[in-house]
Amino acid sequence: MTMATLDKRMTADEIIGQLSDGMTIGIGGWATRRKPMALVRAILRSKLKDLTVVAYGGPDVGMLAAAGKIRKLVFAFVTLDHYPLEPHFRAGRQAGAFEVMELDEGMFHWGLRAAAMKLPFLPTRVGIGTDIINQPGFKFVKSPYEDGETLVAMPALKLDVALIHAHRSDERGNILTLSADPFFDELMVRAADKAFVSVEKIVTTAELDMAVNGRFNLVERSQITGVSEIPFGAHPTSASPDYHLDLKHIKTYVDSAASPEAWSDYRGRFIDIGQDDYAAAVGGAEAIMALPKAIY
Amino acid sequence: MAEHNYSLAELLIVASAEAWRGDGEIMATGIGPLPRIGASLAKASFSPLIQTTDSETWYTSEPVPPGKRLAEPELEGMANYDRVFSTLWSGKRHAMVGPVQIDRYGQANISVIGDHKKPKSAMLGARGFPGNSISHPNSFFFPSHNKRAFVAGEVDFVCMAGYNPARYMDGKPPAGLDLRIIVTNLCVMDFGGPDHAIRIKSLHPGVTFEEVQENTDFPIARPEGEIPVTPAPTAEQLALLAELDPNGVRHTVLKDNPPGDRSAAA
Repeated sequence: MTMATLDKRMTADEIIGQLSDGMTIGIGGWATRRKPMALVRAILRSKLKDLTVVAYGGPDVGMLAAAGKIRKLVFAFVTLDHYPLEPHFRAGRQAGAFEVMELDEGMFHWGLRAAAMKLPFLPTRVGIGTDIINQPGFKFVKSPYEDGETLVAMPALKLDVALIHAHRSDERGNILTLSADPFFDELMVRAADKAFVSVEKIVTTAELDMAVNGRFNLVERSQITGVSEIPFGAHPTSASPDYHLDLKHIKTYVDSAASPEAWSDYRGRFIDIGQDDYAAAVGGAEAIMALPKAIY
Repeated sequence: MAEHNYSLAELLIVASAEAWRGDGEIMATGIGPLPRIGASLAKASFSPLIQTTDSETWYTSEPVPPGKRLAEPELEGMANYDRVFSTLWSGKRHAMVGPVQIDRYGQANISVIGDHKKPKSAMLGARGFPGNSISHPNSFFFPSHNKRAFVAGEVDFVCMAGYNPARYMDGKPPAGLDLRIIVTNLCVMDFGGPDHAIRIKSLHPGVTFEEVQENTDFPIARPEGEIPVTPAPTAEQLALLAELDPNGVRHTVLKDNPPGDRSAAA
Protein backbone atom coordinates (compact mmCIF):
# COMPACT_ATOMS: atom_id res chain seq x y z
CA MET A 1 0.00 0.00 0.00
CA THR A 2 1.66 3.20 -1.12
CA MET A 3 -0.99 5.29 0.66
CA ALA A 4 0.46 4.37 4.02
CA THR A 5 3.66 6.23 3.15
CA LEU A 6 1.88 9.42 2.13
CA ASP A 7 2.72 11.49 5.18
CA LYS A 8 2.32 15.27 4.83
CA ARG A 9 2.77 16.15 8.47
CA MET A 10 5.08 19.10 9.07
CA THR A 11 5.91 21.48 11.90
CA ALA A 12 4.96 25.13 11.65
CA ASP A 13 8.61 26.04 11.23
CA GLU A 14 9.02 23.51 8.42
CA ILE A 15 6.06 25.13 6.68
CA ILE A 16 7.47 28.62 7.08
CA GLY A 17 10.81 27.24 5.83
CA GLN A 18 9.09 26.59 2.49
CA LEU A 19 8.32 30.29 2.06
CA SER A 20 10.73 32.85 0.70
CA ASP A 21 11.15 36.62 0.52
CA GLY A 22 8.89 38.37 -1.97
CA MET A 23 6.34 35.58 -2.21
CA THR A 24 2.61 36.12 -2.67
CA ILE A 25 0.85 34.49 0.25
CA GLY A 26 -2.89 33.97 0.63
CA ILE A 27 -4.21 33.67 4.16
CA GLY A 28 -7.55 31.91 4.68
CA GLY A 29 -10.38 32.67 7.09
CA TRP A 30 -12.31 35.92 7.38
CA ALA A 31 -11.51 38.83 9.76
CA THR A 32 -11.76 37.28 13.26
CA ARG A 33 -12.74 33.82 12.07
CA ARG A 34 -10.54 30.78 11.46
CA LYS A 35 -7.29 32.55 10.70
CA PRO A 36 -4.12 30.38 10.68
CA MET A 37 -2.69 32.56 13.45
CA ALA A 38 -0.03 30.09 14.65
CA LEU A 39 1.45 30.08 11.13
CA VAL A 40 1.24 33.87 11.03
CA ARG A 41 3.08 34.10 14.36
CA ALA A 42 5.71 31.73 12.94
CA ILE A 43 6.17 34.14 10.01
CA LEU A 44 6.66 36.95 12.51
CA ARG A 45 9.44 34.94 14.20
CA SER A 46 11.11 34.28 10.82
CA LYS A 47 13.35 36.50 8.68
CA LEU A 48 10.82 36.54 5.81
CA LYS A 49 10.24 39.92 4.23
CA ASP A 50 8.67 41.78 1.28
CA LEU A 51 5.57 39.60 1.21
CA THR A 52 2.52 40.24 -0.91
CA VAL A 53 -0.34 39.30 1.38
CA VAL A 54 -3.77 38.39 0.00
CA ALA A 55 -6.45 38.13 2.69
CA TYR A 56 -9.94 38.85 3.96
CA GLY A 57 -8.01 40.60 6.68
CA GLY A 58 -8.10 40.44 10.44
CA PRO A 59 -5.33 40.25 13.05
CA ASP A 60 -3.27 38.20 10.58
CA VAL A 61 -2.80 41.26 8.39
CA GLY A 62 -2.44 43.56 11.41
CA MET A 63 0.39 41.49 12.92
CA LEU A 64 2.23 41.15 9.61
CA ALA A 65 1.91 44.91 9.13
CA ALA A 66 3.14 45.61 12.66
CA ALA A 67 6.17 43.40 12.02
CA GLY A 68 6.95 45.13 8.72
CA LYS A 69 6.55 41.94 6.69
CA ILE A 70 4.21 43.36 4.04
CA ARG A 71 5.37 44.89 0.76
CA LYS A 72 1.93 44.80 -0.83
CA LEU A 73 -1.51 44.04 0.53
CA VAL A 74 -4.40 42.76 -1.60
CA PHE A 75 -7.57 43.21 0.46
CA ALA A 76 -11.24 44.20 0.60
CA PHE A 77 -11.15 45.02 4.30
CA VAL A 78 -9.07 44.55 7.41
CA THR A 79 -11.15 44.47 10.58
CA LEU A 80 -11.44 42.93 14.03
CA ASP A 81 -15.28 42.90 13.75
CA HIS A 82 -16.07 43.94 17.33
CA TYR A 83 -13.24 46.46 17.06
CA PRO A 84 -13.99 47.55 13.52
CA LEU A 85 -10.74 49.42 12.85
CA GLU A 86 -7.63 47.20 12.88
CA PRO A 87 -5.07 49.45 14.59
CA HIS A 88 -1.83 48.00 13.19
CA PHE A 89 -3.22 47.89 9.65
CA ARG A 90 -4.34 51.52 10.05
CA ALA A 91 -0.95 52.60 11.30
CA GLY A 92 0.76 50.88 8.37
CA ARG A 93 -1.64 52.34 5.82
CA GLN A 94 -1.38 55.84 7.27
CA ALA A 95 2.42 55.63 7.21
CA GLY A 96 2.31 54.48 3.57
CA ALA A 97 4.29 51.44 4.74
CA PHE A 98 3.03 49.12 2.01
CA GLU A 99 1.39 49.21 -1.41
CA VAL A 100 -2.23 48.16 -1.70
CA MET A 101 -4.66 46.72 -4.18
CA GLU A 102 -8.10 47.35 -2.71
CA LEU A 103 -10.96 45.17 -3.93
CA ASP A 104 -14.61 44.52 -3.34
CA GLU A 105 -15.18 41.35 -1.25
CA GLY A 106 -16.85 39.57 -4.14
CA MET A 107 -14.25 40.67 -6.70
CA PHE A 108 -11.62 39.26 -4.39
CA HIS A 109 -13.30 35.86 -4.52
CA TRP A 110 -13.66 36.25 -8.29
CA GLY A 111 -9.89 36.83 -8.59
CA LEU A 112 -9.17 33.72 -6.55
CA ARG A 113 -11.62 31.77 -8.67
CA ALA A 114 -9.92 32.92 -11.88
CA ALA A 115 -6.57 31.75 -10.51
CA ALA A 116 -8.14 28.47 -9.35
CA MET A 117 -9.51 27.94 -12.89
CA LYS A 118 -6.14 28.93 -14.40
CA LEU A 119 -7.82 31.78 -16.25
CA PRO A 120 -6.15 35.19 -16.69
CA PHE A 121 -9.29 37.00 -15.51
CA LEU A 122 -13.02 36.69 -14.94
CA PRO A 123 -15.44 39.35 -16.13
CA THR A 124 -17.58 41.22 -13.64
CA ARG A 125 -19.56 44.42 -13.32
CA VAL A 126 -18.32 44.89 -9.78
CA GLY A 127 -16.09 47.93 -9.48
CA ILE A 128 -17.87 49.93 -12.17
CA GLY A 129 -18.68 53.42 -10.98
CA THR A 130 -16.12 53.26 -8.14
CA ASP A 131 -12.50 54.17 -7.50
CA ILE A 132 -11.58 50.48 -7.22
CA ILE A 133 -11.10 50.25 -11.00
CA ASN A 134 -9.06 53.45 -11.10
CA GLN A 135 -6.22 51.69 -9.29
CA PRO A 136 -3.36 50.39 -11.44
CA GLY A 137 -3.78 46.84 -12.66
CA PHE A 138 -7.37 46.87 -13.89
CA LYS A 139 -8.35 46.38 -17.53
CA PHE A 140 -11.69 46.01 -19.25
CA VAL A 141 -13.21 43.59 -21.69
CA LYS A 142 -16.10 43.96 -24.10
CA SER A 143 -18.65 41.18 -24.23
CA PRO A 144 -18.30 39.45 -27.63
CA TYR A 145 -22.03 38.72 -27.62
CA GLU A 146 -24.85 40.95 -28.82
CA ASP A 147 -25.04 42.92 -25.58
CA GLY A 148 -21.54 44.33 -26.20
CA GLU A 149 -21.31 45.34 -22.56
CA THR A 150 -18.02 46.65 -21.16
CA LEU A 151 -17.01 44.65 -18.11
CA VAL A 152 -14.18 44.72 -15.60
CA ALA A 153 -11.59 41.99 -16.26
CA MET A 154 -10.86 40.99 -12.68
CA PRO A 155 -7.28 39.68 -12.83
CA ALA A 156 -6.49 36.24 -11.42
CA LEU A 157 -5.10 36.44 -7.88
CA LYS A 158 -2.38 33.85 -8.36
CA LEU A 159 -0.75 32.79 -5.09
CA ASP A 160 2.61 31.17 -4.43
CA VAL A 161 1.37 29.77 -1.16
CA ALA A 162 -1.94 29.50 0.70
CA LEU A 163 -2.04 29.17 4.48
CA ILE A 164 -5.35 28.07 5.98
CA HIS A 165 -6.63 26.67 9.25
CA ALA A 166 -8.95 23.64 9.41
CA HIS A 167 -10.32 21.41 12.14
CA ARG A 168 -9.21 17.88 11.23
CA SER A 169 -6.86 16.16 8.86
CA ASP A 170 -5.36 12.79 8.34
CA GLU A 171 -1.64 12.37 7.60
CA ARG A 172 -2.31 12.49 3.87
CA GLY A 173 -3.84 15.95 3.89
CA ASN A 174 -7.50 14.99 3.68
CA ILE A 175 -8.91 17.93 5.63
CA LEU A 176 -12.22 18.80 7.26
CA THR A 177 -13.36 22.38 7.80
CA LEU A 178 -16.19 21.88 10.27
CA SER A 179 -17.39 25.47 10.75
CA ALA A 180 -20.68 26.52 9.21
CA ASP A 181 -19.01 29.03 6.90
CA PRO A 182 -16.03 27.73 4.95
CA PHE A 183 -15.30 31.24 3.60
CA PHE A 184 -13.09 31.10 0.50
CA ASP A 185 -10.39 28.75 1.77
CA GLU A 186 -11.03 26.29 -1.03
CA LEU A 187 -10.34 28.94 -3.66
CA MET A 188 -7.27 30.14 -1.75
CA VAL A 189 -5.88 26.62 -1.90
CA ARG A 190 -6.73 26.17 -5.57
CA ALA A 191 -5.25 29.59 -6.46
CA ALA A 192 -1.91 28.62 -4.90
CA ASP A 193 1.05 26.55 -6.07
CA LYS A 194 1.40 25.13 -2.56
CA ALA A 195 -1.07 25.03 0.30
CA PHE A 196 -0.30 24.42 3.95
CA VAL A 197 -2.93 23.74 6.56
CA SER A 198 -2.76 24.02 10.32
CA VAL A 199 -5.35 21.77 11.94
CA GLU A 200 -6.67 21.34 15.44
CA LYS A 201 -6.15 17.59 15.35
CA ILE A 202 -4.65 14.98 13.06
CA VAL A 203 -6.71 11.79 13.12
CA THR A 204 -6.87 8.56 11.18
CA THR A 205 -8.57 8.57 7.81
CA ALA A 206 -11.33 6.37 9.24
CA GLU A 207 -11.94 8.91 12.00
CA LEU A 208 -12.60 11.63 9.41
CA ASP A 209 -15.84 9.68 8.75
CA MET A 210 -16.09 11.03 5.21
CA ALA A 211 -19.45 9.38 4.57
CA VAL A 212 -20.90 11.78 7.13
CA ASN A 213 -18.48 14.69 6.84
CA GLY A 214 -17.85 14.77 3.09
CA ARG A 215 -19.32 18.23 2.63
CA PHE A 216 -16.77 19.61 5.10
CA ASN A 217 -13.92 18.31 2.92
CA LEU A 218 -13.38 21.51 0.92
CA VAL A 219 -10.63 20.33 -1.35
CA GLU A 220 -8.91 17.10 -2.32
CA ARG A 221 -5.57 16.15 -0.80
CA SER A 222 -3.70 16.55 -4.09
CA GLN A 223 -3.99 20.32 -3.48
CA ILE A 224 -2.49 20.12 0.01
CA THR A 225 1.28 20.22 0.41
CA GLY A 226 1.53 19.94 4.17
CA VAL A 227 -0.52 19.69 7.35
CA SER A 228 0.53 20.66 10.83
CA GLU A 229 -1.27 19.70 14.02
CA ILE A 230 -1.45 22.92 16.02
CA PRO A 231 -4.14 22.87 18.71
CA PHE A 232 -5.64 26.35 19.12
CA GLY A 233 -3.82 27.31 15.93
CA ALA A 234 -6.49 29.90 15.09
CA HIS A 235 -6.48 31.62 18.49
CA PRO A 236 -7.33 34.45 19.18
CA THR A 237 -9.68 34.09 16.17
CA SER A 238 -12.40 31.46 16.31
CA ALA A 239 -12.33 27.89 15.07
CA SER A 240 -15.93 27.06 15.90
CA PRO A 241 -17.30 24.53 16.65
CA ASP A 242 -14.04 23.62 18.43
CA TYR A 243 -13.62 26.99 20.18
CA HIS A 244 -14.81 30.56 19.86
CA LEU A 245 -13.34 34.02 19.40
CA ASP A 246 -11.27 35.29 22.35
CA LEU A 247 -12.60 38.84 22.59
CA LYS A 248 -10.55 39.60 25.68
CA HIS A 249 -7.37 38.67 23.90
CA ILE A 250 -8.43 40.68 20.86
CA LYS A 251 -8.68 43.66 23.22
CA THR A 252 -5.17 42.93 24.52
CA TYR A 253 -4.01 42.79 20.91
CA VAL A 254 -5.76 46.09 20.07
CA ASP A 255 -4.04 47.71 23.05
CA SER A 256 -0.68 46.54 21.69
CA ALA A 257 -0.94 49.24 19.03
CA ALA A 258 -0.83 52.02 21.60
CA SER A 259 2.96 52.42 21.38
CA PRO A 260 6.07 50.64 20.08
CA GLU A 261 6.69 49.49 23.67
CA ALA A 262 3.19 48.02 23.90
CA TRP A 263 3.73 46.11 20.65
CA SER A 264 7.11 44.87 21.78
CA ASP A 265 5.55 43.72 25.04
CA TYR A 266 2.81 41.87 23.13
CA ARG A 267 5.40 40.23 20.86
CA GLY A 268 7.41 39.10 23.85
CA ARG A 269 4.45 37.64 25.67
CA PHE A 270 2.56 35.95 22.83
CA ILE A 271 4.66 35.67 19.67
CA ASP A 272 8.35 35.31 20.47
CA ILE A 273 7.64 32.64 23.11
CA GLY A 274 6.76 30.13 20.38
CA GLN A 275 3.66 28.02 19.89
CA ASP A 276 4.41 25.38 22.54
CA ASP A 277 3.96 27.88 25.35
CA TYR A 278 1.26 29.89 23.60
CA ALA A 279 -1.87 28.28 25.03
CA ALA A 280 -0.56 28.69 28.59
CA ALA A 281 0.33 32.34 27.88
CA VAL A 282 -3.22 33.14 26.76
CA GLY A 283 -4.87 31.52 29.76
CA GLY A 284 -4.61 27.78 29.12
CA ALA A 285 -6.44 25.18 27.07
CA GLU A 286 -9.41 24.93 29.41
CA ALA A 287 -10.02 28.67 29.27
CA ILE A 288 -9.91 28.63 25.46
CA MET A 289 -12.33 25.70 25.31
CA ALA A 290 -14.68 27.60 27.65
CA LEU A 291 -14.81 30.81 25.57
CA PRO A 292 -18.43 31.81 24.92
CA LYS A 293 -19.79 31.97 21.38
CA ALA A 294 -19.22 35.47 20.05
CA ILE A 295 -22.24 37.52 19.00
CA TYR A 296 -21.90 39.43 15.74
CA MET B 1 -50.71 64.68 18.71
CA ALA B 2 -48.64 61.72 19.80
CA GLU B 3 -49.22 61.35 23.52
CA HIS B 4 -46.37 58.95 24.06
CA ASN B 5 -42.71 59.86 24.35
CA TYR B 6 -40.22 58.45 21.93
CA SER B 7 -36.52 58.86 21.45
CA LEU B 8 -34.69 60.06 18.37
CA ALA B 9 -33.24 56.55 18.05
CA GLU B 10 -36.76 55.11 17.93
CA LEU B 11 -37.80 57.67 15.33
CA LEU B 12 -34.78 56.71 13.22
CA ILE B 13 -35.53 53.00 13.55
CA VAL B 14 -39.08 53.53 12.34
CA ALA B 15 -37.84 55.75 9.49
CA SER B 16 -35.22 53.11 8.58
CA ALA B 17 -37.81 50.32 8.60
CA GLU B 18 -39.65 52.20 5.84
CA ALA B 19 -36.73 51.38 3.51
CA TRP B 20 -37.96 47.79 3.34
CA ARG B 21 -41.67 48.58 2.93
CA GLY B 22 -42.98 46.79 -0.11
CA ASP B 23 -40.01 44.41 -0.28
CA GLY B 24 -40.85 40.75 -0.82
CA GLU B 25 -38.66 37.70 -0.34
CA ILE B 26 -35.31 39.41 -0.31
CA MET B 27 -32.35 39.51 2.05
CA ALA B 28 -32.67 42.59 4.28
CA THR B 29 -29.39 43.76 5.77
CA GLY B 30 -29.24 46.64 8.24
CA ILE B 31 -25.65 47.48 9.16
CA GLY B 32 -25.35 48.99 12.64
CA PRO B 33 -27.81 48.58 15.50
CA LEU B 34 -30.51 51.10 14.46
CA PRO B 35 -30.83 50.01 10.78
CA ARG B 36 -30.70 46.41 11.98
CA ILE B 37 -33.58 46.96 14.41
CA GLY B 38 -35.29 48.82 11.56
CA ALA B 39 -35.09 45.70 9.39
CA SER B 40 -36.41 43.68 12.34
CA LEU B 41 -39.35 46.07 12.69
CA ALA B 42 -40.13 45.88 8.96
CA LYS B 43 -40.09 42.09 9.12
CA ALA B 44 -42.19 41.95 12.27
CA SER B 45 -44.84 44.29 10.85
CA PHE B 46 -45.38 45.39 7.26
CA SER B 47 -42.77 43.35 5.33
CA PRO B 48 -43.04 39.83 6.75
CA LEU B 49 -41.49 38.14 3.71
CA ILE B 50 -38.02 39.68 4.01
CA GLN B 51 -35.21 37.50 5.34
CA THR B 52 -32.88 38.65 8.09
CA THR B 53 -29.82 36.93 9.53
CA ASP B 54 -28.01 36.39 12.80
CA SER B 55 -25.37 38.81 11.40
CA GLU B 56 -23.04 35.86 10.98
CA THR B 57 -24.00 32.77 8.99
CA TRP B 58 -27.72 31.95 9.10
CA TYR B 59 -31.12 33.24 8.08
CA THR B 60 -33.41 33.12 11.09
CA SER B 61 -37.19 32.64 11.22
CA GLU B 62 -37.58 35.65 13.52
CA PRO B 63 -35.41 38.76 13.78
CA VAL B 64 -32.45 38.30 16.14
CA PRO B 65 -32.11 41.04 18.77
CA PRO B 66 -28.84 42.94 18.92
CA GLY B 67 -26.72 42.09 21.95
CA LYS B 68 -27.35 39.22 24.32
CA ARG B 69 -29.57 36.46 22.94
CA LEU B 70 -32.39 35.40 25.22
CA ALA B 71 -32.92 32.22 23.24
CA GLU B 72 -31.17 30.43 20.40
CA PRO B 73 -32.88 31.63 17.20
CA GLU B 74 -34.60 29.17 14.89
CA LEU B 75 -32.43 28.94 11.78
CA GLU B 76 -34.26 28.88 8.46
CA GLY B 77 -31.45 28.92 5.94
CA MET B 78 -27.76 29.26 5.17
CA ALA B 79 -26.23 32.70 4.65
CA ASN B 80 -22.53 31.96 4.41
CA TYR B 81 -20.47 34.50 2.48
CA ASP B 82 -20.36 32.57 -0.78
CA ARG B 83 -24.16 32.43 -0.66
CA VAL B 84 -24.41 36.11 0.24
CA PHE B 85 -22.42 37.06 -2.87
CA SER B 86 -24.67 34.89 -5.05
CA THR B 87 -27.73 36.48 -3.46
CA LEU B 88 -26.54 40.04 -3.79
CA TRP B 89 -25.43 39.60 -7.40
CA SER B 90 -28.92 38.29 -8.15
CA GLY B 91 -30.35 41.58 -6.88
CA LYS B 92 -32.47 39.92 -4.17
CA ARG B 93 -31.19 42.07 -1.34
CA HIS B 94 -31.76 45.51 0.10
CA ALA B 95 -29.09 46.83 2.45
CA MET B 96 -29.02 49.90 4.64
CA VAL B 97 -25.41 50.85 5.26
CA GLY B 98 -23.63 53.51 7.26
CA PRO B 99 -20.82 55.06 5.23
CA VAL B 100 -18.43 57.69 6.54
CA GLN B 101 -18.93 60.02 3.56
CA ILE B 102 -21.58 60.47 0.88
CA ASP B 103 -21.69 62.99 -1.97
CA ARG B 104 -24.38 64.59 -4.15
CA TYR B 105 -24.37 61.56 -6.49
CA GLY B 106 -24.99 59.08 -3.69
CA GLN B 107 -21.41 57.84 -4.01
CA ALA B 108 -20.27 56.58 -0.62
CA ASN B 109 -16.97 55.89 1.13
CA ILE B 110 -15.85 53.66 4.01
CA SER B 111 -12.25 53.16 2.86
CA VAL B 112 -10.04 56.17 3.57
CA ILE B 113 -10.05 59.85 4.38
CA GLY B 114 -7.41 61.61 2.31
CA ASP B 115 -5.08 60.14 -0.30
CA HIS B 116 -5.59 56.44 -0.99
CA LYS B 117 -1.85 55.67 -1.12
CA LYS B 118 -1.11 57.28 2.23
CA PRO B 119 -4.42 58.14 3.86
CA LYS B 120 -4.93 60.57 6.68
CA SER B 121 -7.32 58.01 8.12
CA ALA B 122 -7.49 54.38 7.01
CA MET B 123 -10.82 52.80 7.82
CA LEU B 124 -12.26 49.43 6.83
CA GLY B 125 -11.62 49.10 3.13
CA ALA B 126 -14.31 48.98 0.44
CA ARG B 127 -15.80 45.75 1.84
CA GLY B 128 -18.78 44.68 -0.31
CA PHE B 129 -19.85 48.24 -1.14
CA PRO B 130 -18.86 48.25 -4.84
CA GLY B 131 -20.77 45.06 -5.64
CA ASN B 132 -23.74 45.95 -3.46
CA SER B 133 -24.11 49.34 -5.09
CA ILE B 134 -24.53 48.06 -8.64
CA SER B 135 -26.45 44.90 -7.82
CA HIS B 136 -29.35 45.62 -5.49
CA PRO B 137 -31.25 48.45 -3.75
CA ASN B 138 -29.32 50.33 -1.09
CA SER B 139 -30.30 52.81 1.57
CA PHE B 140 -28.13 54.80 3.96
CA PHE B 141 -27.98 55.70 7.62
CA PHE B 142 -26.08 58.63 9.13
CA PRO B 143 -26.37 59.24 12.89
CA SER B 144 -24.62 62.63 12.52
CA HIS B 145 -25.73 64.77 9.61
CA ASN B 146 -22.87 67.22 8.98
CA LYS B 147 -20.54 68.49 6.26
CA ARG B 148 -17.85 65.96 7.10
CA ALA B 149 -20.32 63.23 6.09
CA PHE B 150 -22.26 65.05 3.33
CA VAL B 151 -19.28 66.31 1.36
CA ALA B 152 -18.76 68.74 -1.51
CA GLY B 153 -17.46 67.35 -4.80
CA GLU B 154 -16.91 63.60 -4.60
CA VAL B 155 -16.14 61.39 -1.60
CA ASP B 156 -12.43 60.72 -1.01
CA PHE B 157 -12.58 57.14 -2.34
CA VAL B 158 -15.70 56.01 -4.18
CA CYS B 159 -16.60 52.60 -2.70
CA MET B 160 -20.25 52.70 -3.75
CA ALA B 161 -21.28 53.76 -7.22
CA GLY B 162 -23.82 56.57 -7.46
CA TYR B 163 -25.71 58.55 -10.08
CA ASN B 164 -22.56 60.13 -11.49
CA PRO B 165 -22.56 60.04 -15.32
CA ALA B 166 -18.81 60.76 -15.41
CA ARG B 167 -18.23 57.29 -13.98
CA TYR B 168 -20.81 55.37 -16.03
CA MET B 169 -19.61 52.61 -18.35
CA ASP B 170 -20.94 52.64 -21.92
CA GLY B 171 -22.77 55.88 -21.09
CA LYS B 172 -25.40 54.14 -18.95
CA PRO B 173 -25.90 53.87 -15.19
CA PRO B 174 -25.10 50.36 -13.91
CA ALA B 175 -28.24 48.26 -14.39
CA GLY B 176 -28.62 47.38 -10.72
CA LEU B 177 -27.93 50.86 -9.34
CA ASP B 178 -30.96 51.70 -7.18
CA LEU B 179 -30.41 54.09 -4.28
CA ARG B 180 -33.49 54.44 -2.09
CA ILE B 181 -33.48 56.51 1.10
CA ILE B 182 -31.05 58.25 3.45
CA VAL B 183 -32.01 58.39 7.12
CA THR B 184 -30.11 60.88 9.29
CA ASN B 185 -30.53 62.42 12.73
CA LEU B 186 -32.16 65.42 10.99
CA CYS B 187 -34.29 64.07 8.16
CA VAL B 188 -35.11 61.43 5.59
CA MET B 189 -33.98 62.02 2.01
CA ASP B 190 -34.35 60.18 -1.27
CA PHE B 191 -32.90 60.46 -4.76
CA GLY B 192 -36.01 61.98 -6.31
CA GLY B 193 -34.55 65.36 -7.29
CA PRO B 194 -33.56 66.34 -10.86
CA ASP B 195 -31.15 63.70 -12.31
CA HIS B 196 -31.46 61.65 -9.12
CA ALA B 197 -30.35 64.57 -6.94
CA ILE B 198 -30.70 64.02 -3.21
CA ARG B 199 -34.03 65.46 -2.08
CA ILE B 200 -35.67 65.97 1.28
CA LYS B 201 -38.47 63.50 1.89
CA SER B 202 -39.36 64.45 5.47
CA LEU B 203 -37.92 66.53 8.30
CA HIS B 204 -37.75 65.16 11.81
CA PRO B 205 -39.97 67.04 14.31
CA GLY B 206 -38.51 70.48 15.03
CA VAL B 207 -35.92 70.41 12.19
CA THR B 208 -35.96 72.95 9.36
CA PHE B 209 -34.90 72.61 5.73
CA GLU B 210 -32.33 75.36 6.32
CA GLU B 211 -30.72 73.41 9.14
CA VAL B 212 -30.35 70.36 6.90
CA GLN B 213 -28.91 72.46 4.08
CA GLU B 214 -26.45 74.17 6.45
CA ASN B 215 -25.15 70.76 7.46
CA THR B 216 -24.82 69.48 3.89
CA ASP B 217 -21.93 70.53 1.63
CA PHE B 218 -23.97 70.27 -1.59
CA PRO B 219 -27.39 71.64 -2.59
CA ILE B 220 -30.34 69.53 -1.50
CA ALA B 221 -33.45 69.38 -3.64
CA ARG B 222 -36.72 70.52 -2.11
CA PRO B 223 -39.99 68.74 -2.84
CA GLU B 224 -43.02 70.62 -4.13
CA GLY B 225 -45.15 72.17 -1.41
CA GLU B 226 -44.78 71.71 2.31
CA ILE B 227 -42.16 69.26 3.51
CA PRO B 228 -43.74 66.45 5.55
CA VAL B 229 -42.66 65.72 9.12
CA THR B 230 -41.17 62.28 9.68
CA PRO B 231 -43.97 60.18 11.23
CA ALA B 232 -43.58 59.53 14.94
CA PRO B 233 -43.48 55.91 16.05
CA THR B 234 -46.93 54.62 16.95
CA ALA B 235 -47.62 53.09 20.34
CA GLU B 236 -47.80 49.69 18.60
CA GLN B 237 -44.39 50.25 17.01
CA LEU B 238 -42.84 51.26 20.33
CA ALA B 239 -44.24 48.12 21.95
CA LEU B 240 -42.82 46.05 19.11
CA LEU B 241 -39.42 47.71 19.49
CA ALA B 242 -39.34 46.70 23.15
CA GLU B 243 -39.78 43.09 21.99
CA LEU B 244 -37.34 43.29 19.08
CA ASP B 245 -34.64 44.99 21.18
CA PRO B 246 -35.10 43.55 24.68
CA ASN B 247 -31.54 44.53 25.64
CA GLY B 248 -32.33 48.20 25.01
CA VAL B 249 -29.41 48.62 22.62
CA ARG B 250 -31.39 51.40 20.89
CA HIS B 251 -31.12 53.56 24.01
CA THR B 252 -27.31 53.45 23.94
CA VAL B 253 -26.49 54.27 20.31
CA LEU B 254 -26.99 58.05 20.21
CA LYS B 255 -25.21 60.24 22.76
CA ASP B 256 -27.51 61.03 25.73
CA ASN B 257 -30.39 59.23 23.94
CA PRO B 258 -32.13 62.47 22.88
CA PRO B 259 -35.93 62.73 22.44
CA GLY B 260 -37.41 62.27 18.97
CA ASP B 261 -39.33 65.53 19.03
CA ARG B 262 -37.11 68.50 19.82
CA SER B 263 -40.01 70.84 20.48
CA ALA B 264 -41.40 68.42 23.05
CA ALA B 265 -38.03 68.47 24.81
CA ALA B 266 -37.91 72.27 25.02
